[in-house]
Amino acid sequence: MSDTPHRMHHDMGGQPAGPVGPSEHEIEPWEKRIEAILRCMQLRETPIVTVDELRRGIEELPTTLYDSLTYYERWIASLTNIVVEKGVLTRAEIEQRMAAIKAARAKEAA
Amino acid sequence: MSWGEGIASRFKPGDKVHVAARYPVRGHIRTPFYIRGKTGVVERICGQFHNPEELAFGKYDGPEKVLYRVRFDQKHVWPDYRGGPSDKVEIEIFEHWLEPAK
Repeated sequence: MSDTPHRMHHDMGGQPAGPVGPSEHEIEPWEKRIEAILRCMQLRETPIVTVDELRRGIEELPTTLYDSLTYYERWIASLTNIVVEKGVLTRAEIEQRMAAIKAARAKEAA
Repeated sequence: MSWGEGIASRFKPGDKVHVAARYPVRGHIRTPFYIRGKTGVVERICGQFHNPEELAFGKYDGPEKVLYRVRFDQKHVWPDYRGGPSDKVEIEIFEHWLEPAK
């Protein structure tokens, strides 16, 4: 048995790493939308999801997924997992809605 | 009005505190890995808040916990620190992560 203390993957302060890339990018509309969705879910008398749950969901992502996703992609993965976990929505409902939006967009574009 | 006024806290500014060396494998922990097991001094009481570790699992009505700002010597936190010998790092830590330091 190892006596090395367990470190959760996201908790990487002080770990060896390269320089931080300071480049910025324009916030995409879908990123703003994710931000707005979280606020709508949290800022109610009884929150549906709080920022603490969002953080926990991000911190629970498998290491490889955590490393491969961008900032707001992690939010999406976490929010999806949390609303399914809490029984607010099912994965099937989310997938049906996404398929409907995709179909409507395709129709608009045609 | 000063910080922490009227809050029943276990520690007060100036108290020497030790951060618990606990290493959970799951959950939402606001105490950074690198500061666990270290010793610092309470700089101020920040207030009291619901426990993020409970909020993270949808428990929104648990008791509030006192949050402290704790000051540590950089040299103590990072043995290979190359900055000035009096440099400090301040971290906000909830009361249940702190123990009195000898």
